[in-house]
Amino acid sequence: MTAITASLPRLRLPYVASTIGRKVVMAVTGLVLFGFVLGHFVGNLTLYLGPEAINHYSEFLHGFLHGGGLWVARAVLLTSAVLHVWSATSLTLESWAARPKGYRRWTAKDSTYASRTMRWGGVILAAFIVFHLMNLTFGNAHPDYVRGDVYHNVVAAFQVWPVSVFYVVAMVALGLHLDHGVWSMCQTLGLSHPRYKRWARGAALGFALLIVAGNCSFPIAVLAGWVR
Amino acid sequence: MNLDARIPAGPLSEKWSRHKFDLKLVNPANKRKYSVIMVGSGLAGAGGAASLAELGYRVKCFCYQDSPRRAHSIAAQGGINAAKNYPNDGDSVFRLFYDTVKGGDFRAREANVYRLAEVSVNIIDQCAALGVPFAREYGGLLDNRSFGGAQVSRTFYARGQTGQQLLLGAYQALERQIGRGQVEMYPRHEMQELVVGDGRARGVVVRDMVTGEIETHLADAVCLATGGYGNVFYLSTNAKGCNTTAIWRAYKHGAGFANPCYTQIHPTCIPVTGEHQSKLTLMSESLRNDGRIWVPKRQGDPRPPNAIPEGERDYYLERKYPSYGNLAPRDISSRAAKQLCDAGYGVGPGGQGVYLDFSEAIGRLGEDAIREKYGNLFEMYERITAEDPYKVPMRIFPASHYTMGGLWVDYDLMSTIPGLFVLGEANFSDHGANRLGASALMQGLADGYFVIPYTMGDYLARTPRTAVAADHPAVKAAEAAVRERTARLLAVPGKRTPTSFYRELGKLLWEQCGMARSRAGLERALAQVPALREEFWRNVTVTGEAGELNQSLELAGRVADFLELGELLCRDALAREESCGCHFREEYQTEDGEAKRDDERFCHVAVWEYQGADRAPARHEEPLTYETVHLATRSYK
Amino acid sequence: MRLVLHVWRQKGPDAPGRFVAYEAADVSPDMSFLEMLDVVNEGLIVKGEAPIAFDHDCREGICGACGMVINGRPHGPRERTTTCQLHMRSFKDGDELWIEPWRARAFPVLRDLIVDRSAFDRIIAAGGFISAPIGSAPDANAVPVPKENADLSMDAAQCIGCGACVAACPNASAMLFTAAKVSHLGLLPQGQPERWERARGMVERMDAEGFGSCTNHGECEAACPKGISVLFIARMNRDFVRARLTEGRRIAKAGEGGA
Ligand SMILES: Cc1cc2nc3c(=O)[nH]c(=O)nc-3n(C[C@H](O)[C@H](O)[C@H](O)COP(=O)(O)OP(=O)(O)OC[C@H]3O[C@@H](n4cnc5c(N)ncnc54)[C@H](O)[C@@H]3O)c2cc1C
Ligand code: HEM
Ligand code: HEM
Ligand code: SF4
Ligand code: F3S
Ligand code: FES
Repeated sequence: MTAITASLPRLRLPYVASTIGRKVVMAVTGLVLFGFVLGHFVGNLTLYLGPEAINHYSEFLHGFLHGGGLWVARAVLLTSAVLHVWSATSLTLESWAARPKGYRRWTAKDSTYASRTMRWGGVILAAFIVFHLMNLTFGNAHPDYVRGDVYHNVVAAFQVWPVSVFYVVAMVALGLHLDHGVWSMCQTLGLSHPRYKRWARGAALGFALLIVAGNCSFPIAVLAGWVR
Repeated sequence: MNLDARIPAGPLSEKWSRHKFDLKLVNPANKRKYSVIMVGSGLAGAGGAASLAELGYRVKCFCYQDSPRRAHSIAAQGGINAAKNYPNDGDSVFRLFYDTVKGGDFRAREANVYRLAEVSVNIIDQCAALGVPFAREYGGLLDNRSFGGAQVSRTFYARGQTGQQLLLGAYQALERQIGRGQVEMYPRHEMQELVVGDGRARGVVVRDMVTGEIETHLADAVCLATGGYGNVFYLSTNAKGCNTTAIWRAYKHGAGFANPCYTQIHPTCIPVTGEHQSKLTLMSESLRNDGRIWVPKRQGDPRPPNAIPEGERDYYLERKYPSYGNLAPRDISSRAAKQLCDAGYGVGPGGQGVYLDFSEAIGRLGEDAIREKYGNLFEMYERITAEDPYKVPMRIFPASHYTMGGLWVDYDLMSTIPGLFVLGEANFSDHGANRLGASALMQGLADGYFVIPYTMGDYLARTPRTAVAADHPAVKAAEAAVRERTARLLAVPGKRTPTSFYRELGKLLWEQCGMARSRAGLERALAQVPALREEFWRNVTVTGEAGELNQSLELAGRVADFLELGELLCRDALAREESCGCHFREEYQTEDGEAKRDDERFCHVAVWEYQGADRAPARHEEPLTYETVHLATRSYK
Repeated sequence: MRLVLHVWRQKGPDAPGRFVAYEAADVSPDMSFLEMLDVVNEGLIVKGEAPIAFDHDCREGICGACGMVINGRPHGPRERTTTCQLHMRSFKDGDELWIEPWRARAFPVLRDLIVDRSAFDRIIAAGGFISAPIGSAPDANAVPVPKENADLSMDAAQCIGCGACVAACPNASAMLFTAAKVSHLGLLPQGQPERWERARGMVERMDAEGFGSCTNHGECEAACPKGISVLFIARMNRDFVRARLTEGRRIAKAGEGGA
C-alpha cells in the first residue's frame, strides 16, 4: 500500500449521477406514484356506489379537458414510473456490486422485511401494473371486456379467482413497498427529524395498511358476491 | 555532547516573542523547495504536519496505524488545560506556568514551561476554529472544569473524549493538506531507522507493513512525534502499538535520551483481572472530583464494600492530604494506593485495588447528576467489569500511563542531532518529573501548531541545502541495518513467543522500577533485563516472512527495543539518588513517607548518550536554573 | 469455557480465503474478545503457524482500529460496543462463532480480518474539514455556539471511523460515516462557509470510492458502536440537495459582495 496522496480532483458529476441525486429522483417519482395510488383507490371506491357512479366517474376522467387531462396524467405517471424504475435499477445494481463477496453468516437487526424486499417487491409491482393495464385498460387480458363499462369489467375480472388472488398478492407487495417507501422517502428528502421520526414511521405504516385493505376489499367483495 | 538549550535571553514573559523575532525566516517562494518528514500523526505529528504544509513546505507524514486518525492521542479522555481564565477564578499564564513547574517537582525548564502556558491560549482558539465541539454553557460559551488537582477551572473538554475531538481537528487539518497534495501520507508504515548523513538527520527508513517492503525517504529535516514509551511496562493505558522504536533508533544514532526514569503511573485505572490481560483501561481522573477513595481499615477484610460500615473505612487520601484530599497529584495518590495494597489492605482479586466510591456524591447530587457528568465512564467500567458503579464502588489501581522522559531537545525542539526535531510525548521537554492532568494534549498541540512552524523555518534558513543522494553510504547503511535486523529476528530458532518475553519484561520493570524503586531492586533488574534480552535473541520464535503483513514480526521488533530501553530506564533510576515527582526512591523519603528531593545534587536533566552495544551509555547533565520561581518542597497536605 | 471459532483466513489481497476452525479452550469470561484471540494466536505461534491477523490498537473502544463480523453482527452481539470492548461473558460455553472481516468492495481485505479502510480518509480529505489555517483563529468565545448545536454536533463527532456501518449495511453504503462528519461540522457556525461544498465534495468522493447507496435499512445505526443516528443521513441528504439548489443563488450573492 503506497501513500494516500490522492491530490483529489473535484469530480463535479451531474447531479443525478450521484447516488443521493438518484435517490431523490426515486423519492419524488415514488411520491407521484404514491399520490396516484391513493387517488386511484379513492376513485375506485365509487365501485360500491353501483355501476352508474363508477362509470360516470370513468367517463368524467376520460372526458376531463376534452380527454386532454387524462393524457397529461398518463404522461406524468409513465415518466414517473420509468424514472422510478431506472433509478431503482441502477442504484440496485451498484449496491450489489459494492459487496462482491457476502457474509457466511448474517444476522439482521434494524432492517425490516419491508426494507429488504423493496427491490423484488418493486418487480412484482411492475408486473402487476403491466397485467393490470392489459386487464382493465386495454382489455386484452380480460374474459369479456366491454369498453366504457368499467363496473362490468372490474366485476367480471375479479370473478376469475386467480386474477383476484394475483391482485391481493400484488397489493400486499405494494403495502410493504409503501410501508418502507414512505419512511425512506422522508429520509431521502431530508424531511425526517428527531421530533417526528416515529410519526413518519407510523404514517408510512398507516398509508400502507389503508391502501392494502382498501384495494384488497374490491376483489374480495366481488368473490364474496357482495358486488355483482 | 552539546546540551546547550539555546534558551533566549530576556525576562521570562518575553523570551518566546523575542525569540520568534530573532528566528530566521524562509522566503515564501523557497518554502516549497524544502521537504520535511514527520513521523507520527498524533496531536503533535498531525498538528505539525498540517501547519508546516500550510506554510508551504512539502511534508511526508508516517504512522503505523491504518489511518492517521487513530494515533494514540485519540484515547485522551479528561481534557486540555489553557490559561484562558474564562471562569474568572484567578487563573493566568503565570499561574499555569507555576502549577506546571511545581507539579513537575521543579525538574522542568522554566522557559519551555512558560512558553507552553503562553501558547495554551491560542490552542483553544485554534481548536474551536477547526470545529472541535468543546462542551458549552447554555449561553453558548465554553465550559471549564477543574482537573487533576488544579485549584482553578482551566480544563476544556468534549464529553469524555477530549483527545479524540482534538485529534480529529488536527487530523482534518492534515487531511485537507493531503487533499491539496501538500502532504504525502504513509499509513501502515513503521519507521525502523534514522538516516544521519554528514552529521545531520537526512531521512528515515520505513517498513511498509502491508507489503513488507523497506523504503527510504529523504528530506531536509526529520521530526519525530512518535509518542511515549509507557508500554515498556507491557501493561499500561497506552495503545497496544505504542512503541519506542523510532526514538530508540535516534538514540542509537547519538540523540541524547533525557530522564528515561520519569515515567508516570496513573492512579485511576481498572485493575488487572488475570494473566490474559493485554492492556489496562484508564478511568478519567475527573472521577476523583466526586469519588472518594478508601480501603478497609482491617487487612484482607473479606466483606463486600457496601457491608463495611463507615467507621471501618480508611479514606486515606483525605486523611493524609487534608487540603487536596482525593485530588492529590497522580504520583502521590498512586504511591499511597500501592503502599496500602503492599501492606495487605488492597481489595478485589489479588488485593491489587482500592475503592473509588460515589455513594456519597450520588446521595448529595442524585444519580442523574452523576450520570450526566460521568455516564460514559460508568458505562465503560460496567462493560469491562460487569459491576454497576452506581451501586458498588469502583475498584481502581495505578497503571503506567505517560512518560515525561524522552529524547532531549533544546528550546527549538531540536535534538542533539542537527535537523532531528522531536515533538509531543516523544521529547522530554515540559513536564519535569511529573505531568499534571490535561497538560499533555496541551504540549502536543503547542509543539505541533505553534512551535515547530517557527523553529523549523529557522533551522532550514540557517542550514546550507546539501541533499544526500540515495546511494550515500549513510543511506545504504541504514537500509542494510533494517534488513539485517528483520532477517535476524526471523532466523532465531526459538520456542518462546514475543509476547511471553514482553510480559516478563513488563512484570520485572513494574516490580523493580515502577512506582517505588530501590538500589537493591534496580541492581537486580540491571542483571535480569540483559539476561532476558540475551534469551530473547536466542529463544524467540517469529512466524512468517519479511515480505508480507506480519504482526508477529512487528511485535518482536518492538519488544526487542523495549528490552534495551528497559535497561536504560533502570540505569537512570539508579543514578538519580533522590525522590522527585514520579521517581520515588525508597532510600530517599521523609519519615512520613513523602518524596525527598535533593536539589544540591540532582537539580538537572540527566541525558544519556549511546556508546555502542557493548559499552555502558554515558550520563550527561543539563543544569536547571530557576530565575523566576524558587524551589520549594511540594506539599499537598 | 470452551468455544469453536470459524475464522476467515486470507494470506493477501489477491489470495483466495477460507474459513479455518480453531478451538479456544479455557476462556475466561473476563477476557475481552481480542484477548481471547491473543490466546489462540499464542498457541498458533508456538506451533509455528501464522497468527490470525486483526487490526487493533487502543483496546478502549475509541481508536476505531478493531472490528470484525462475529456471527453476522459487526463488532459482535453487544450494542454500542466495539470488538475490543466486547467481553467473553457475552458468550456461553460451547458456542460456535463465525468470524469474518468487513466485506465491501471499497474495503479490500489485506489479510485475514484486516481490511483497507483508506477510502474513509479520502472522503474526509474531500471536504471533511474546516479551513482554518493554524494561527488564524479568533478568540474561542468570539463565536458562541448554542448548547443544543454543540451537543448534537458532538453526537455526530463521536464517530470513530471503524467502518462497522459499511460492514452492516446490506448495500455496503458509507452514508452513516459520511453523514456523521457532514453533520458534525455543518452544525457549527464555524462550519457554515464550507457547508455546501463539503456535503457535495464528500458525497462525490464517497460514490467514487465504490460504496453502495442507502436505502434506509438502519442496520448501520444498529451496528454503530457510538450509536450514530440515521437522522444524520437525512440531514446530509438535505444539505446535499440544498448545495445544488442554492448554488446559483450563492454565486450571485458572492458576485454582489464583490461588486
Ligand atoms: C488513556 C490515556 C488518557 C489520556 N488522557 C489525557 C488527558 O485527559 N489529558 C492530557 O493532556 N493528556 C492525556 N493523555 C496523554 C496524551 O494523550 C498523550 O501524551 C498525547 O496524546 C501524546 O500525543 P503525541 O502526538 O505526542 O503522540 P501519539 O498521539 O501517541 O502519536 C504517536 C504517533 O506516532 C506514530 N508512531 C509511533 N511509533 C512509530 C513508528 N515506529 N513508526 C511510524 N509511526 C510511529 C503513531 O502511529 C502515532 O501516529 C492520556 C493518555 C492516555 C494513554
Ligand atoms: C414499478 C416497479 C417499482 C420498482 C422496481 C420500485 C423499486 C423501488 C426501490 C428499489 C426503491 C428504493 C427503496 C428505498 O430507497 O428504500 C423504491 C422506493 C420507493 N418506491 Fe418504488 N418501485 C416500484 C414501484 C413503485 C410504485 C408503484 C410506487 C407507488 C405506489 C412506489 C413508491 C415508492 C416510494 C414512495 C419509494 C421511496 C423512495 C425513497 O426510497 O426515497 N414504487 N422503489
Ligand atoms: C384492486 C385495486 C384496483 C382496482 C379495482 C383498479 C381498477 C382500475 C380500473 C377499473 C382501471 C381502468 C379505469 C378506466 O379505464 O377508466 C384502472 C386503471 C389503472 N390502474 Fe388500477 N386498479 C387497482 C389498483 C391499481 C394499482 C395498485 C395501481 C398502481 C400501482 C393501478 C394503476 C392503474 C393504472 C396506471 C391505470 C391506467 C390509468 C389510465 O391511464 O387509464 N391500479 N384501474
Ligand atoms: S458511523 Fe459508527 S459505525 Fe460508522 S464508522 Fe463511525 S463509528 Fe463506526
Ligand atoms: S444500513 Fe445502509 S441502507 Fe442506509 S440506513 Fe444504513 S446506510
Ligand atoms: S482497538 Fe481501538 S477501538 Fe477497538
